Formats: sequence, C-alpha cells, structure tokens
Amino acid sequence: MTTETNEPVYVVDELIAKDIDAYLDQHQHKTMLRFITCGSVDDGKSTLIGRLLYDSKMIFEDQLDALQSDSKKVGTQGQEIDFALLVDGLAAEREQGITIDVAYRFFNTEKRKFIVADCPGHEQYTRNMVTGASGADLAVILIDARKGVLVQTRRHSYLCHLLGIRNLVLAVNKMDLVDYSQEVFDKIVADYAEFARSIGITAFTPMPISGFKGDNITGLSANTPWYKGPTLVEHLETVEVNSADDAQKPFRMPVQWVNRPNLYFRGFSGLIATGKVKVGDAVRVLPSGKTSTVAKIAVADDKAALPQIIDSDITTDKYLDLVHGKDEAVAGESVTICFADEVDCSRGNVIAIADNPPQAADQFETTIVWMADEPLHVGRAYWLKLGTQMVSATVHQPKYAVNVNTMDHIAVKTLELNAIGVAQIVTDKPIVFESYQDNRTLGGFILIDKMTNGTVAAGMIQFSLRRSQNVHWQAVDIGRDAHAGLKNQKPAVLWFTGLSGSGKSTIANLVEKKLHRMNRHTFLLDGDNVRHGLNKDLGFTEADRIENIRRVGEVSKLMTDAGLIVITAFISPFKADRDMVRAMLPEGEFLEVFIDTPLSVAEERDVKGLYKKARSGELKNFTGIDSPYEAPVNPEIRIDTTAITPDEAATLIVDTLLGDA
Amino acid sequence: MKTLTHLERLEAESIHIIREVVAEAEKPVMLYSVGKDSAVMLHLARKAFYPSPPPFPLLHVDTTWKFRAMYELRDRMAELSGMDLLVYHNPEAMEKGINPFDHGPLHTDMWKTEGLKQALDKYGFDAAFGGARRDEEKSRAKERIFSFRTASHGWDPKNQRPELWNLYNARKNKGESIRVFPISNWTELDIWQYIHLNDIPIVPLYFAEERPTVERDGMLLMVDDDRFPLQPGETPVMRSVRFRTLGCYPLTGAVESKAKTLPEVIQETLLTTTSERQGRAIDKDAGGAGMEVKKQQGYF
Repeated sequence: MTTETNEPVYVVDELIAKDIDAYLDQHQHKTMLRFITCGSVDDGKSTLIGRLLYDSKMIFEDQLDALQSDSKKVGTQGQEIDFALLVDGLAAEREQGITIDVAYRFFNTEKRKFIVADCPGHEQYTRNMVTGASGADLAVILIDARKGVLVQTRRHSYLCHLLGIRNLVLAVNKMDLVDYSQEVFDKIVADYAEFARSIGITAFTPMPISGFKGDNITGLSANTPWYKGPTLVEHLETVEVNSADDAQKPFRMPVQWVNRPNLYFRGFSGLIATGKVKVGDAVRVLPSGKTSTVAKIAVADDKAALPQIIDSDITTDKYLDLVHGKDEAVAGESVTICFADEVDCSRGNVIAIADNPPQAADQFETTIVWMADEPLHVGRAYWLKLGTQMVSATVHQPKYAVNVNTMDHIAVKTLELNAIGVAQIVTDKPIVFESYQDNRTLGGFILIDKMTNGTVAAGMIQFSLRRSQNVHWQAVDIGRDAHAGLKNQKPAVLWFTGLSGSGKSTIANLVEKKLHRMNRHTFLLDGDNVRHGLNKDLGFTEADRIENIRRVGEVSKLMTDAGLIVITAFISPFKADRDMVRAMLPEGEFLEVFIDTPLSVAEERDVKGLYKKARSGELKNFTGIDSPYEAPVNPEIRIDTTAITPDEAATLIVDTLLGDA
Repeated sequence: MKTLTHLERLEAESIHIIREVVAEAEKPVMLYSVGKDSAVMLHLARKAFYPSPPPFPLLHVDTTWKFRAMYELRDRMAELSGMDLLVYHNPEAMEKGINPFDHGPLHTDMWKTEGLKQALDKYGFDAAFGGARRDEEKSRAKERIFSFRTASHGWDPKNQRPELWNLYNARKNKGESIRVFPISNWTELDIWQYIHLNDIPIVPLYFAEERPTVERDGMLLMVDDDRFPLQPGETPVMRSVRFRTLGCYPLTGAVESKAKTLPEVIQETLLTTTSERQGRAIDKDAGGAGMEVKKQQGYF
C-alpha cells in the first residue's frame, strides 16, 4: 500500500458504519501506548503529529475548515495544509510559531489508543521534555534528513534514556527533501548508532519518513522501496507497553488513602505500581515491616452501588461478603486492599509482597533535573514527594552536572533551571524506595519549594547510601540530661528573628542579663561572634546565608547538648531555614522569638545607617529592601516593639521560657 | 499475562487522581454539570471510594437556564451516590435577570465564570474537580491535570507546575486553589464507550426524540420552556433531534438525528464530521483564543 494523501479527504473507519457493535467491541479491547515526539523547531514534529491525527481520522470537518483557512493566513506551507497548526495550541505560541509547552494529543488505530506528549525541542525547555518523557512508553526522535544527527538529537536521546524509555524510534524525517535517498538514511543511522552506544542505548528502531507527505506513516511508501518496514503506526501498534513489563515485577502498592466507611471495613486504597496481588497473598507493610494476609481486594462493580447493611447482627466478615471485589489485580489497577489482621497502615506506607519487600533509607544518590527559575539552594529543606510519601529533604552540593549537549561532567556549586546533576539527598526520615531503573513509581520523585509550593525539580534515585548505618555514634556516659541536670535547667534555644534594626540584639542582650542574674547558664550567638570566626568563609549570597544559619543551628544544638540556654540573634529571613534548625532540636527546645518591628520603623531608626546604604544601592541583598523577609507564621513568642519597651520584652521572653508567663 | 485495556488504564489513573486530591486537599468539591463527562467523572469518584460514598459534595453552578431533564437527572444522581448536592446561583445575575436571550456573552460570564468563583469562595473549597478533557479544545490540551489557580482564580498558562509520572503537587498557600481534571486523557469516544460498558445514567437529551425546535443563526434550538422568546414568524417545529453537548438550552444547538440507543449515538458521533464543541457558542468569542482567555479569567 502506498500513501497519496495530499488532498484532504475525511474517511472514517468502514466498520463504524457497517457494524457499530463490532467496532465498539474492538475499541473496548484496545491497549494504550503513551509516547513522546522530540525534535527541534524545524524537524517537523508538529507536522508529524498533525499527520498522525489526520491519517487516523481524528480531525473533524470544522477543524479542517479552520485549518485550511489558518494555513493560508499564517501557515508556512504555501497553499498546502500546515498540519503544525492543528497542534500548536496556545495563542502566544501561534504568534511565535513555536511550541512552548507539553501538549497532549490523542488518536486511535484499530489496535491501540495513543497519547502523544508533544515536547518542545530547544534547550531552555529541557524541563518540558523531561515532563513529557516521564510517563512515556516510547519516544520518537525526529531528525531532519538534510541535517543529520545534531546536538539536539543527542540531547533528546540522552533525556529519553535518562527517564528510562527503552523503546526509541529514530524517525529520519523530510525524506522527500533528500530525494528519498537510502544513502543519506543509512549514513544518519550509522552516525546515530555510534552516538547511542556511547550513552548506553542498546537498541533503537530507525525509519525513513515524511510527516508532510505521509511516507511510511500508515502505509509503506513507494518512494522508499529499499525500506521494508515497519511503518511508524505499525510499530507503535505492536511495541510492548510499560505496564505489561511492570506486571512481571514484585508486588508494590503505595497507599493513598485509608477507606473506613464504618466499623466493619478498613481498606487501603492505591494504584498498584508493579506486580500482581491475589486474595490470600502474604504481604508486608513498609516501612514498619509488619505482615498480614490479603483478605479482600475491593473494587466497585459497574453500578458502584454501596453495600446495604440489612442484617442487624452485622460483623466484619459478613460485611466483607457484601463488598464487591476481585480475586486478583495487576500493575496499573486502582484497588482497595483489606488485611486479615489489624495492622497499622496509612498514607505513605507501601504494601509489598512479604518475601521480597523494598527497603527504606534516608540518604540517596540521585539524578536531579532542576525545573525552576530560582536555582537549587544546597542545604535548604524542600518537600520531597515520592509515590504517596511526603518528607522534608535537603540536597548536597552536586557532585557534577551533565552538559546535555556533550554529556561532559561539569563541576558545579548548584543547579540552575534546566540543569541535570548528580547529588546526594538526605531525607528527615526514612522513605520506602527502589532504584528508578527498577521501579519508576518508587524511584522517581519531585522536589517542592516550601515557600512557593512550586514543583522545582524532578529526581531519580540511583541507589541509597548506607553511610547513615556506618557512622556509629560514640556512646558517651555523660549524656545531655546529665549536663542539663548539673546546671539545674532545661536547655533551650531562643531563636530571635526580625529585620535589621528591629531590636533583636538589644533585647537578646537584656534577656541574657536577666537569665544570668537568675543563675542560668546561657550563651548568646550573634553575627559578631560567629561571622568573625566559624563562618568567616561565608558571604551574603542566598546560599551562604543558608549555610550560615545551618552552622549556627548545629552549634546551638551542641550547646543545648551541653545543657546551655542558647540565645541567637540573626535576621534569619527565610522560614525554611528557621524550620531546618527547629527540626534539628528535640520538640519544645526551639523557641522562635519574632521581634516584630515594621519596616518603616526599623528604617527610621536605622541605627547602623544600613538602610540608607541599601536604598542608595550601595548595599545589595538587604533584607526588607531588595531581599524578602518571611515573617514567622506561628512563633512561640511575638514581640511588638511599637507597643512595649525592650525591658518589658525581655521580661516577657524570660517568663515564657521559664514557664511563668 | 493480560495487558490492561486502555479503558481499564484510564479508569485506574482517574481514580488515582481523585484519591490524591482527597488525601491532600483540605476541602475538595466536584463540579457537576450533569453532562456526559460529569456523569463519567461522578461514576469514577463513586468507584474510587467504594464502599464509602465519595467524601466530598457535588457543586452545580446553575444558570437557571439548563434543560429541565438535566435538573431531574442531577437530583436523582445526588440521591443515588449518597453525596451532598450544593446548587449555587449568582445572586447578582439572579437579581438582574441575566439571560442568554438579552445579555449575550454576559450570561456565561456572570452565571458561570463569576458564579463559580463566588461559590468556591463562599464554601472555601480549595480543590475543585472538573470534567474537562484535553481533546476538547486546543488550550485544554496543554493544561495540567492539577491546574493551579491564584487567590483571584487566575490561570497562568506560562507558569504551570511541571507534572511528572503520576506525582501530583497539591500544595498551595491559603486562599489559593487547584482545579483538577481527572478525565483529562479521555477522548469523546472513550467517554461514550465507558458510559455504554458501565450503563451509566445520562440525560435522555443525548438520545434522539421528537422535540419542539426553532432554527436560529444556523443552530437548532429546543424550546424547553415558555421563557423562550419566539421571534416574529418563528413557530416551534417538531424534529427528531438530540444533543452532542448540554449547556444552557438557549445556547446549545441540537442535531437532527434518529439515534435512539447508545451504540447508535456513538455510531453517529463517529460518522459525524463536525467536532463536539461546535454546537456551543462560547468558543467563537474572541477568535481562536476564546477558551484560553476565558480560562485566564477564571472560567473552568
């Protein structure tokens, strides 16, 4: 069969008209494949997708009318149909003539439903490509036959490989513009094979196509008699999907929600990530490690009607009999599992096959793709979401970043937008995980900024670091309780925060004097005694400010271990950093003291003349002027300096600390 | 081992999305418009929490101009699912008597866009499920499944959160909210097929029947009640018609049809060469970018 499809003709599947029931039966049994198309702006990516939609009859007459009139107005193909216009969605990008975000398209063939993630090709949009690739079973890498393997071809291939896509199609496009030359095609394939090997890609499927003319898309083209197939669509219809592969792996299900409609039912809902589960299987709840047996796999029937309790002496067993369920479920299904025993289990836990469970750890080697304008802050706490687990996590300084064009490793201090790097991550408590290579669900994570709540990075766990188990604490006989007991006091950190000139140091000093008079053992840490010694290597960039606070936090912690009452006076403008210190200390030992002085008041006082310098631009990154101050939401103590005197404030703080307030 | 079919996967993924919202949002709600997409979304919610009823209410942002058959099904489905039904009318639109005959685009703006914002603010919902699909319209093809809205309900298409794997970020600050589209990846055919397979109740208007209609501006409109102002020379004519989408009856065009069963409707849908939204006036406002602009203003 050859393609000759330059004339727009809308043809529907004959079966629809002839026998709709047979057609529906066929559609009902289709499988689903997700794939992405990658290529640079001129590789004809949108045109190829437009062509796939068109050839599979997913374009309607009114859309076609609009397309034809748009093609004449803004199209780049003269009088011919510009399929790219079908795909370029947002107004801004239609004006610019480029695709700027991930767009999802749908089409069907007789065998499958397809979801296409259309990903932009240029470098600044690495994050979009990674997004599109994350859910894909297959990637179509487009090459312009006139240009051959380019830098962006390498970049796209690397990213697809990184995200674990095993099925790669090398679509050598625009064959019509090189006279369908086999020589050109073979040369490109050989070049690509060499590169692919170098980054660990072991297999790919090359094919000569023309998205614009329709060669080798749905039918083998007469223009390339030397190519024996398959066509692009044939290949898409037959390649194995990820979910089939996932079903072969050991059973794992992250728990999303505990379903408890009444006293007789307690089920754990989730989407099965890998493997299969049967009623009667021995399972294990992670991270606790408790085991039980699957008593029921609850799924609603087609009507989703709720069980009706009519029996007055209802029991758990009787109720379970009323609930609709199935004997077995596999990867990709959403189910609700009931155990035979009362075992603790909640959101964030993972249910796994008992004899082959995943591990939990709190330190990992990861590959991170940075996706936010604001760069990674090494040492700052982010939310990490993996499966249904949400924990606080910090990223170490990256070991290296990868130049996505050359694959070279570069030494870096942080990760900027679209950078890909390898770095260690430490979480505040152990999470259940597997390497990304083994399990996308338990190995892939996102990082969320705690202030903006934006998704700032995607990451993949390579392996856990056993270091936490190797650093053994030196057992000491004199513990923190002994230290504090001798001093006859409860250790604590009074963490002052507030704008420059708000009165932190003044009040902190008064507090220490009062405590000293009461025979309390104290120590005051402030900018002067820290910046000149311990932290003299640090400047005032955002990263250095975070490190400054981290070190002050660690020192404070050691001092509380020694039994002291520590008073600190730092602007500490970022909530995430103050929370980081709070998390270092035992519950109740961190008291946030918010010296609440309005900016206008602090600026008017301007004791050290700093605001004047900041306003004139002489001083950069000055809190309150050109750097934000994130006020505490629920501080233990709030001092309104416009309402009370420093001495009254100090008394209030001491009373609160000693529990007399 | 058997590979899941596309409908089984779509169902499981939608259920996963709905559960994530319930686990992470403080006060979710499901926007229920009584159309076929809403019918599927509601069915998925019932399956997601079985044997519990879905732990959130249904919200119908009403314009008072829906087809009567829609109100009947709405009340029946709320009853059947064991969920609370909240019906919201924009009091200002009510007072001014805003209607599709006299007020044009203002009708949609006040009843639906403003009404929705008011209803979400009134109840303090921080997550709202909507039945939009990516295959419906070009700007929807790029919208995330978890679509973040500012405190004033604005949507910024250039600043969407990346969505990877099936990890959804539902975190937000006070006052901000998310719109969640659990059936983003379903196509019109998937919706019909799922309704068929699960025998989901839908409004009878989707099936052909003799109905009183007038032809106006190239659209066949149904005279659903006596508020329909007939123009000079217009008399309702009985025609065998059905609807491909349902909205306010004076804004929704019918198609002439004989399809009385679901397979016949599907057959007709697939053989038809005009896309679904063509029967609605809303997309034609503001040229090709109509829906995108409306969404930035807070329309669902």
